[in-house]
Amino acid sequence: MRRTAITGIGVVAPGGVTRDAFWETLVSGRSATRRITFFDAAEFRSQIAAECDFDPQAAGLRPQEVRRMDRYVQFAVAAAIEAVADSGLDLAGEDRERVGVALGSAVGGTTLLESEYVAVSDGGSDWLVDPDYASPHVYQGFVPSALASEVSVRFGAQGPSAVVSTGCTSGIDAIGYGHQMIQDGEADIVLSGAAESGISPISMACFDPIRATSARNDEAHSAARPFDRERDGFVMGEGGAVLVLEELGRARARGAHVYCEISGYAGRGNAFHMTGLRPDGLEMSEAILDAMRQGDHVPADIDYVNAHGSGTRQNDVHETAAIKRALGDHAYRIPVSSIKSMVGHSLGGIGAIEMAACALAIEHGVAPPTANLTQSDPECDLDYTPLVARRLPIDVALSTGSGFGGFQSAMILSREAA
Amino acid sequence: MITSVPRRDRRAVITGIGVIAPNGIGTDAWWAATTAGTSGIGRITRFDPSRYATQFAGEVDGFEAVDYIARRLTMQTDRWTWMGLAAAGMALDDASFRPAEHDPYSMGVITASSSGGNEFGQVEIQALWSKGASHVGAYQSIAWFYAATTGQISIRYGMKGACGVVVSEGAGGLDALAHGRRAVLRGVDTIVSGGVEAPIGPYALTCQMATGRLSSIAEATAYRPFDERATGYVPGEGGAILLIEDLESARRRGATSIYGEILGYGATHDGHHPWSLPPDARQLTRAVALALRDARIEPEEIDVVFADGAGSRGWDDLEEQALHAALGAHAANVPVSVPKTMTGRMYAGGASLDVASALFSMRHGVIPPAVHVDRPAAGCGLDIVREASRAADVRTALVVARGYGGFNSALVLRRTSDCPSPPTPTGGPDESSTLHL
Repeated sequence: MRRTAITGIGVVAPGGVTRDAFWETLVSGRSATRRITFFDAAEFRSQIAAECDFDPQAAGLRPQEVRRMDRYVQFAVAAAIEAVADSGLDLAGEDRERVGVALGSAVGGTTLLESEYVAVSDGGSDWLVDPDYASPHVYQGFVPSALASEVSVRFGAQGPSAVVSTGCTSGIDAIGYGHQMIQDGEADIVLSGAAESGISPISMACFDPIRATSARNDEAHSAARPFDRERDGFVMGEGGAVLVLEELGRARARGAHVYCEISGYAGRGNAFHMTGLRPDGLEMSEAILDAMRQGDHVPADIDYVNAHGSGTRQNDVHETAAIKRALGDHAYRIPVSSIKSMVGHSLGGIGAIEMAACALAIEHGVAPPTANLTQSDPECDLDYTPLVARRLPIDVALSTGSGFGGFQSAMILSREAA
Repeated sequence: MITSVPRRDRRAVITGIGVIAPNGIGTDAWWAATTAGTSGIGRITRFDPSRYATQFAGEVDGFEAVDYIARRLTMQTDRWTWMGLAAAGMALDDASFRPAEHDPYSMGVITASSSGGNEFGQVEIQALWSKGASHVGAYQSIAWFYAATTGQISIRYGMKGACGVVVSEGAGGLDALAHGRRAVLRGVDTIVSGGVEAPIGPYALTCQMATGRLSSIAEATAYRPFDERATGYVPGEGGAILLIEDLESARRRGATSIYGEILGYGATHDGHHPWSLPPDARQLTRAVALALRDARIEPEEIDVVFADGAGSRGWDDLEEQALHAALGAHAANVPVSVPKTMTGRMYAGGASLDVASALFSMRHGVIPPAVHVDRPAAGCGLDIVREASRAADVRTALVVARGYGGFNSALVLRRTSDCPSPPTPTGGPDESSTLHL
């Protein structure tokens, strides 16, 4: 059986671009949420977000790439550059027909699409729009497949390439897709992860009417507080992460540093509601159990749970139930945390950022905390690692994701087994 | 039992097909039109296209969402999702598959999308910028994103198994079916797959025109792949939703209509440039060769090719070269068709509909034509089925699809009655590292 190793990690996240800065944000328990600076959000219900202070040129992008790529694509390319460097691979010397790409995004080129629309519709006044005012690159915003094609092009990767777009589980699902490409022998190396840049008026506006996002505008820095009794929704984030997935045998043969391997991945639908969750957490627990079966894991193996932890009441209750249903009493004995309390919820991007966090948690033996969690919701009775990172040996980390459409995903990373 | 790797005792077959196409709603109307060479391409009627260089498209006339779904749901979803839900219902009916009778976790939904609920999105962006943030509707968040159709199908039919959405522009239809096969081979019994697209709106057309690949000839015959007068393509809306099942579980439930098996799949990327032609046809060639290898068949076994047919000289030439390189001498003899000439290119829906065409060709022994290709480019060297459909005994079909940005995919399908009885191992781990052509 072909196994999937993680041999490189690249991250663009709020609070600090690059893998090391990201990890520093997490272990310090620092929240990167703030009042939105990208546009005037005064008329919005939610006016806060976790923005990246991202300089594409400093991250290694060329001027023409900056011109044609929407921000989320830039995140992915920057993260991929860092991940490949981290892996020690010299792709120019590899058989690039065996290098694939699998990347996730929930809303794709929304930011570019919106800014272009403002121009071609003359401020939203002309439904028939004037195509003469469109940028030559607007199609890159129309189809999120641009995310995968740009990364394939950047690295000359000629293996299979695709975008997975399953809303807020896109990050986990894209890495699951890349993992299956390696298992099935379609590629030996896959650049896999996700990116999102949804801090734009239309994306913020669409969560306002359903009150999914936090309105703690006067406490922007502490607004993201999953599992806390005072939480009132998620805080929008942006960013991305790319992992180098590599067939374990070849990673060992070249003496690569193996962070961990993917020992299980599964997805389920709740087939219930596009945005609603039942409190029993049933389908998410099924995804967790399926992922555990694949790695021959029992509950006692799991050392840390990186929760979806969006900070909406229904998620926190649903997810707590799912973890308990899947892990039984063991759920009470291990740290659970939500890094969305620090880097916000970057929709389709966050799942990959969280997988990077899990790999780094195994690497460093540290469970990142849930920031801003001062008093747990009475219905949420697990150990959510409040405020302060915790040092402990972590051999097996579970990450969960939940999103619109009813999708529930789970992935397990394990320290490399013999 | 769900497993982490493909099981060799499982085979992914297609048991149901639902079609929404510019030249016919439902498989009966669509196949009758397709084999008759009847095109659904005309001047755009859904909005006034006067100010656009491209004014022709394949629109699905007479499609009423409320014929298929509750009015309340139509308010919450884009035209793209209406078509997806309608086609999914048709596919389930076609297969006589009743979801309520099955374990919810044994069923999943994996579709392709390229532009999501783009028209719904245009409405809401317009509302935001002309009237203000409070005028953005509550359903924008669930109607616009690319996963809306998969989510709605999953909810409507109570399907709780693996769910997914694959985006690779025009290659997506094949990639979604291949991902559906992955799920079936890993133990999910039934996957609703395929894809539809609804890209005929003012802003959507503006975005597509920016690629420079659309024809600006204002005639219904503008899209002529492999023709010396090729000037680009016209867009179309619609596509096909297909029901993939494990062969054994399909037989166990007494499925009577099994179209064919997904026997092989190959995908590559040009890895060259975000929009320009690659220097050669190597990666498209490799996608076809990988699909043949995955299917464990020789080129001579291919009875028909449904080509990508980009409709512009450079891209058509590359595809012709790829077919020659991958199929060898057989490339000159095998019939090649592009029924998309009757619908326009439907992005995520296009390759899905080509798979439907391949399966109907097997069942009915007839290959539909590529219409308006009356002057094949000099030296084309392909046997293009032109103007009229052709009778043929089709056991094995190859479908080729490409996506803007460099995506290449190929799928091999085999008529189920011609599948050998012992399980054919497909999609399993393959240790050989490189295909040298």
